[in-house]
Amino acid sequence: MTDVPDLECRALSKRFDSFEAVKAISFEVPKGSFFSILGPSGCGKTTLLRMIAGFQAPTSGDLRIKGRSVLDVPPNKRPVSMVFQHLALFPMMNIGANVGFGLRQRGVGKAQIKAQVDRVLERVGLAGVADRSVDSLSGGQKQRVAIARCMVLEPDVLLLDEPLGALDLKLREHMKIELKRLQSEFNTTFVYITHDQSEALVMSDQIAVMNRGVFEQIGTAKELYYEPKTAFVAGFVGEANKYRAKVSRANGKQLELLTEDGIALHGLDAGGGLRPGDAAQVFVRPEAIRLSRRAADTQDLGNASAGVVDSVLFNGANSQLILRDAANGAEISVALPQTGAFRDLNKGDTVYFGWEPEQTRCYRAEG
Amino acid sequence: MSKDGSRLGLILLMAPLLLWLVTLIILPHIGLFVVSLSEKVGVRTYETGFGNYAVFFTEPLYWNTFARTAYMSIMATALTLLIGFPVAYYIAKLTRGRSKTTLFLMCLIPFWVSELVRTFGWMILLRETGVLSSFLQYLGVINGPVEFLYNDFAIMTGLVYTSMLFMVVPLVTTLDSLDDSLIEAGYDLGASSLSILREIIIPHAMPGIVSGCIVVFMLSLGNYLTPILLGGKDSLWFTGLIYSQFITRFNWELGSAFGFLLLGLSSVIVFAALKLTGQSLGKTMGR
Ligand SMILES: Nc1ncnc2c1ncn2[C@@H]1O[C@H](COP(=O)(O)OP(=O)(O)OP(=O)(O)O)[C@@H](O)[C@H]1O
Ligand SMILES: [Mg+2]
Repeated sequence: MTDVPDLECRALSKRFDSFEAVKAISFEVPKGSFFSILGPSGCGKTTLLRMIAGFQAPTSGDLRIKGRSVLDVPPNKRPVSMVFQHLALFPMMNIGANVGFGLRQRGVGKAQIKAQVDRVLERVGLAGVADRSVDSLSGGQKQRVAIARCMVLEPDVLLLDEPLGALDLKLREHMKIELKRLQSEFNTTFVYITHDQSEALVMSDQIAVMNRGVFEQIGTAKELYYEPKTAFVAGFVGEANKYRAKVSRANGKQLELLTEDGIALHGLDAGGGLRPGDAAQVFVRPEAIRLSRRAADTQDLGNASAGVVDSVLFNGANSQLILRDAANGAEISVALPQTGAFRDLNKGDTVYFGWEPEQTRCYRAEG
Repeated sequence: MSKDGSRLGLILLMAPLLLWLVTLIILPHIGLFVVSLSEKVGVRTYETGFGNYAVFFTEPLYWNTFARTAYMSIMATALTLLIGFPVAYYIAKLTRGRSKTTLFLMCLIPFWVSELVRTFGWMILLRETGVLSSFLQYLGVINGPVEFLYNDFAIMTGLVYTSMLFMVVPLVTTLDSLDDSLIEAGYDLGASSLSILREIIIPHAMPGIVSGCIVVFMLSLGNYLTPILLGGKDSLWFTGLIYSQFITRFNWELGSAFGFLLLGLSSVIVFAALKLTGQSLGKTMGR
């Protein structure tokens, strides 16, 4: 009984006239977990979420909540709640009436509604605002009211459609942590959609990367970051230096490649099935690249070269170095080590750099 | 210089409005008010006093007519709202793009012909030898010609028909500004369609409802053509009473007093209705 997933989609599809927005997506969200769907704008995230909430009927496939198909359950009867992108708080009611709205629809008694509203407002850190109007709250507070309004109904699944999109950067950072805390406190299953990878990476237990209506990969943040299964995921999650190259020799998973600029690379066939002559996309993370002032330090790394510093983008712990390869002029970005060993590096200096073949992930080039 | 200049600009901008207010509204009303205060005591002898106003309250026919006019106008307003709301909701929320414009225009089309022609149109439909009567005879529902004109039903039909646009336009405007996600959020939180209508849609549309109702009520109360033509001699409409004082009886003094009573009493009714429903004019106009 305990291993029935809270939410399960089976080959769920949605077609608008001639356009297929969601293509046969299947996934399970275990109870009490934070599941994110990450994808670029227009990839079908909202469509998928609206099907789960019941505002749009799937063209085909099945949707189960706690093991029970909910396809023919109307949205006002589904045990899911949704936090809308622009929150959709009711401006004609005060905060208390907003949060108590769902309970009132269930016919709960007045005194009990008040007690429950007060309790849930306290849990989101907004005790005593019940009598205020919606307009009198700040953006972050409204956010929490919107969550409280759903959580008071104790839904099986809470759906969130880019709820942080409307907030400014600073508040967004704060709300990320806040949301994660609320999720573990309420111990409710969250399905969260976003196009901001850092939101997904920080908060989620599991992330699905979505592109053009399909899930490219489902995994933990670390899996997506260190072992992306497709070129899209490698490029979308985290930073990466990208090359287009041709495979010149293949030995099992070990590849030798030649980029368009004529650099020879040693890499790992991450997608599988690359043969000599195939066009490939190559991804190298900036933090996988080691820097040194002596050529000897990087020589044995498999991929090594020397570069001239083009610019230093100092940003505290996220500082980057843009190098220009001395041999062929190709640009490459490298994460600056945080030890401060390279703090005196200036534009025009020459440094040596290199990285392991295992950090060079190669995928079949699309198209 | 710039201060004087901006003041001059303001005066110039306000001039048409002020001219309109003063010459067409304030001056005639002052004149009427002065006339309404003069009582006829003999041939060509007049006294100043509120006698004309007293006549209204002492003569049952007059205030009965007013009460009936007000009652019918309130009913017409309520009916217009009841019919106009679904229409406005449909136009604002359930249609998009071209079909929205088309529907909106269809509400407007009847207003391209004059009120007189429109009312005669209804007379053609409703009179004894008219379309409705003939059709019902053809169906065999009735077996002789029936007069549908010259009753309250005909007046009501005409009033609702004439007022519809003035209800639909403000309703469409306010309903248009209602965010669809509020309605979806309502469903998501478990509400039925009825409680969404009651708790979300109607409160949001309230400014439109109030302004639509005020306009329709005032238009119906002050309507002359429709009640007279569709209601006939016995329509007992207050504007008809005023007309006959001025034109038939040549009693301008009483007519003026009635005019002012109409203005005052209708304002009182609107004010009372606003108070009763907990709305305020400022809130309505402010949005
Ligand atoms: N009602 C509709 N009719 C036709 N096409 C639609 C409809 N709704 C969405 N689409 C299309 O489906 C695709 C996916 O839309 P969706 O709103 O799910 O994107 P999204 O991933 O949520 O994007 P964003 O991050 O910008 O919100 C889009 O190309 C959109 O044009
Ligand atoms: Mg979206």
